[in-house]
Amino acid sequence: MNPPQPLSSLTPGTRGVVVEIRIPAEHRSRLLEMGVLVGTPIELVRYAPLGDPVEIKVRGYHLSLRKHEADLVLLRVNS
Amino acid sequence: MAIASKAVSPLRVVLTGNPNCGKTTLFNALTGLRARVGNYAGVTVERKEGTIAGLASQRPVRLLDLPGTYSLSPQSPDEQIARDVLFLQLPEVPEPDLVLVVIDASNLQRNLYYATQVIELGHPTWVVLNMVDVARENGLELNGPRLSAALGVAVFPLVASTGEGLPALRTALAHEAHRAGPPPEPRSFTELSATFGKEAETIESLLETELPERKRLAMAEAVLLLSDDRVLNTHAGRYPKAIVDAIVAARNRLETAGVDWRSAAIEARYARAAAIQMAVTTEISPPGETLSDRLDRVLTHRVWGLLIFVLIMGLMFQSLFTFAELPKSWIETGVNALSNWVESSLPPGDFTSLLSSGIIQGVGSVITFLPQICFLFLFLSILEDTGYMARAAFLMDRLMSRVGLHGKSFIPMLSSFACAIPGLMATRTIDSPKDRLVTMLIAPLMSCSARLPVYTVLIAACIPSRRLFGIFGLPGLTLLGMYLLGIVSALGMAWVFKRTLLRGEPSPMILELPPYKRPAPLVLIRHMWERSRLFLRRAGTVILAINILLWFLVSYPKISESPATESVPQTNQMRQSFAGRAGRFIEPVLIPLGFDWKIGIGIIASFAAREVFVSTLSVVYNVENEKSGSPSVANLANTLKAEKWPDGRPVYTPLTGVTLMVFYVFALQCVSTVAVMRRESDSWKWALFQLAYMTGLAWVLAFLTYQLGRLLGWS
Repeated sequence: MNPPQPLSSLTPGTRGVVVEIRIPAEHRSRLLEMGVLVGTPIELVRYAPLGDPVEIKVRGYHLSLRKHEADLVLLRVNS
Repeated sequence: MAIASKAVSPLRVVLTGNPNCGKTTLFNALTGLRARVGNYAGVTVERKEGTIAGLASQRPVRLLDLPGTYSLSPQSPDEQIARDVLFLQLPEVPEPDLVLVVIDASNLQRNLYYATQVIELGHPTWVVLNMVDVARENGLELNGPRLSAALGVAVFPLVASTGEGLPALRTALAHEAHRAGPPPEPRSFTELSATFGKEAETIESLLETELPERKRLAMAEAVLLLSDDRVLNTHAGRYPKAIVDAIVAARNRLETAGVDWRSAAIEARYARAAAIQMAVTTEISPPGETLSDRLDRVLTHRVWGLLIFVLIMGLMFQSLFTFAELPKSWIETGVNALSNWVESSLPPGDFTSLLSSGIIQGVGSVITFLPQICFLFLFLSILEDTGYMARAAFLMDRLMSRVGLHGKSFIPMLSSFACAIPGLMATRTIDSPKDRLVTMLIAPLMSCSARLPVYTVLIAACIPSRRLFGIFGLPGLTLLGMYLLGIVSALGMAWVFKRTLLRGEPSPMILELPPYKRPAPLVLIRHMWERSRLFLRRAGTVILAINILLWFLVSYPKISESPATESVPQTNQMRQSFAGRAGRFIEPVLIPLGFDWKIGIGIIASFAAREVFVSTLSVVYNVENEKSGSPSVANLANTLKAEKWPDGRPVYTPLTGVTLMVFYVFALQCVSTVAVMRRESDSWKWALFQLAYMTGLAWVLAFLTYQLGRLLGWS
């Protein structure tokens, strides 16, 4: 089993499952409501041309979040 | 018959759903573009309402289009409105007879998350399963009847953009207007843990006794109150203290029990949404790359994406700056012609002067903004309706976040190069109120098109046309310098405001990148016109009033008739007027900047609009100009060059010119901007703060420029 990695460390096209969200509780709710939960499969689609934010695919749609938040979402990459 | 149908109260239908679910397309398809657009009281959230056209029903059906929202725990003013309407907490919107939840069939899980929240409220609710064609293209076939069984409400699969499946919904609406169906059974889509469920029930029974008028909503409200950590910060005042205390206590107990009250309900609901999606979806073909994915490969590409972005922004800027200039000049010519005609055909006197210089010119200065506003709104509508707006924010977020702003602040700032008014209005797309306010505060620092005539005249009068390094002309470089100064200070002030006045938690940018869509031209034009009309009505009245006031200040008190030459009285009148006296009154403040009282008059008069500075100077210096035409820049520049202080030094030295331009970069010399800021921020406080900080900055920086220049030996 792969060790958990920050979402922001992955290369485009990588898929994995969220294992931990370290964003402070009071900033977490919108991300959760958008469907990024522990156990949710995610694909990293691309980084913006200037390196930040990142685009992910979750539950069949595309979402962008800043690297600052993506650093705090830990994924176990599918092997 | 007509009287009888008038007496029937309409069936009130509320339309709600996630952003980008095609809700507005459905609204337009049902109401046939006959919507009334306004604002909700006290906020700049658009309120769209319309009657459903051509229904086979005597009772009219009124449709209210709520702003798109991701959840009932609001994060923006738009979402707050949607929540308040559904929770019957907005007095101006009566209780709905029917709620239509629109869900995007191609993005089912997240849309079901919201739809189930709404169904739980217990209003009579139907689900519109929109964009089944897109789902089909993505290889997914959805089973409507099965979805209806899972949700316990009627489901209407359709394609709002083509009208496929729409007749069934219209028939059902006509039927519902005739005889409403039975009230729905209470339902819950969140299997809560025993601990969480017990706490929710406690809050529920408290809500039922404390707020009996919303009894039906109590369970749903209890779960939301427990899970939404923002609600107690922002809306604690809406609930009796007993309830607030109970919520805090319940959360503490849950934390001790090791239950995450923030995520428990969200996780339970998503689990259910995923299960429903599984049960109703059949994969008919393997998911491939969609057209949207292919477009994104180019449009967010490291090189091509940025290049195309620059091209699109260039085109937009160009259209605001150049294309809008033509209709703008027609309007200006027309207004001048009308005002001259009035002057020549009515007997001279106060009334004629008020009519021609006050009212007609005042109305004129409002409608001259119209072409730019229309172009801007057209562009914004295209960017929004195609889905490119989200990509623009995605591309620019890195740059803007350096100064604490949001990717979405980029377009308002760019628009402000043309005119701060459309710029301020474009900030409506920014969700976070603080980010929006910061963007509004700094947008007018971008050099707008009205500063250009001021720069042009001053450069012609003061800046020697030398060449630097053989290629760069000094005048051109000066102009570029002023634009750059505006940009740099806008970003700098944003940085300052984000760290001082409007400090707040950095709002995480969680932005959906919706699939690209083809916009409908008729809807775009309609949208542009609705928003422009709102501008005319709301800002126009204030702008007109202040223009009349300024006319008064320049025209009174009248000097006594004197047997002078034709043109001198105008200059004397200016000197005598309240504005002229004010100019001399403020001279002591202007001397440290190297300005005399005549420049002071120009500054005061140009508070109506910056370009008025040029025409005021021609009046003050009595520059001959062709009757009714605008004063020629060259004539004015030559007169300015010859202007001397009493001791014989020239007034308009290069240093004065630069100082005056620096002053105009910063000073908020524009009543229209103040009026629009007042509207858009919904407070005089921020409008006056903006006026004060920009004027203060203008004086200080002009002072520094002038005094430093003198120290360095420039004159």
